[in-house]
Amino acid sequence: MKSMAELEAIRKATLSRINLRTEEKGETTRVVIGMATCGIAAGARPVMLAFMDEIDKRKLGHVTVSQTGCIGMCRLEPMVDVILPGKEKVTYVHVKPEMVPRIVAEHIVNGRPVDEYTIGAAEKN
Amino acid sequence: MKEISLHLLDIVQNSVKAGASHVDIRFRLDASGVLEMGVRDDGCGMDPEFLARVRSPFTTTRTTRKVGLGIPLLMQNAMQSGGRVDIESKVGEGTDIVAYFVTSSIDCLPLGDLASTMASIIMGSPDKPEFSIQCSSPAGEMSFSTEEIRPVLEGVSLAEPGVVQWIRESLDEEIQPILGGIMK
Repeated sequence: MKSMAELEAIRKATLSRINLRTEEKGETTRVVIGMATCGIAAGARPVMLAFMDEIDKRKLGHVTVSQTGCIGMCRLEPMVDVILPGKEKVTYVHVKPEMVPRIVAEHIVNGRPVDEYTIGAAEKN
Repeated sequence: MKEISLHLLDIVQNSVKAGASHVDIRFRLDASGVLEMGVRDDGCGMDPEFLARVRSPFTTTRTTRKVGLGIPLLMQNAMQSGGRVDIESKVGEGTDIVAYFVTSSIDCLPLGDLASTMASIIMGSPDKPEFSIQCSSPAGEMSFSTEEIRPVLEGVSLAEPGVVQWIRESLDEEIQPILGGIMK
């Protein structure tokens, strides 16, 4: 059964995290996932949910996950853009849910993009 | 697509882009094993001329490219199971798209992870429209709507990770007993 009490607890936990977010005045990091027909067919849904899980687990209040449409490189889907405040956008391609914890730990938390997963590395071959 | 749920995730975007304020999703599995997947919205609707060519892969509203594969791929998978896709639409009133799948067919896709799909849909458009889902089968029925949880959340977005997780888990628990038999 859906537990509204549980949802209420989630709301409170989320609110305290949002307050922390505003207090820290840190700018947000954005994760953008391609969720058009091509992205969905290539497996974007589990990738997006893996990001949500990882962000929830690590309590990363400054990260937002959003969806975008098809940008015309369907053969590289699932594609994920990670935009750290003040840094250039990094595009990851052929992303699988197993790759997500590493992207979150190394790039979002520690600021070092995972080069081997990026579009630059994929297009070299 | 590998799952019927993924087609839902895909075609719901049409309702969102049509500016709908309510999107009602229904899954009905009858005793003979025919699954009806319906998406009804109150978006801008389509005129008869557009409706007549909406099934073509060369019809799209986007301006960047001349192809749109959402509806054609849905039709392909419904038809290969022995089913079909019906689309009704009126300008200013909205659209109702219904796909029928014959789940006993060897060529029918599995329903897949419907709870995760609903969580992804809601996460992608957390403020508008309101989404509802109803599932029924001979085993029982369930319903859920974003309108019923919005008052509880009071100002917390439906796209917050904790909320998304809650939606996913609670829906899965309720959908399993009803449609669990056709998920894999």
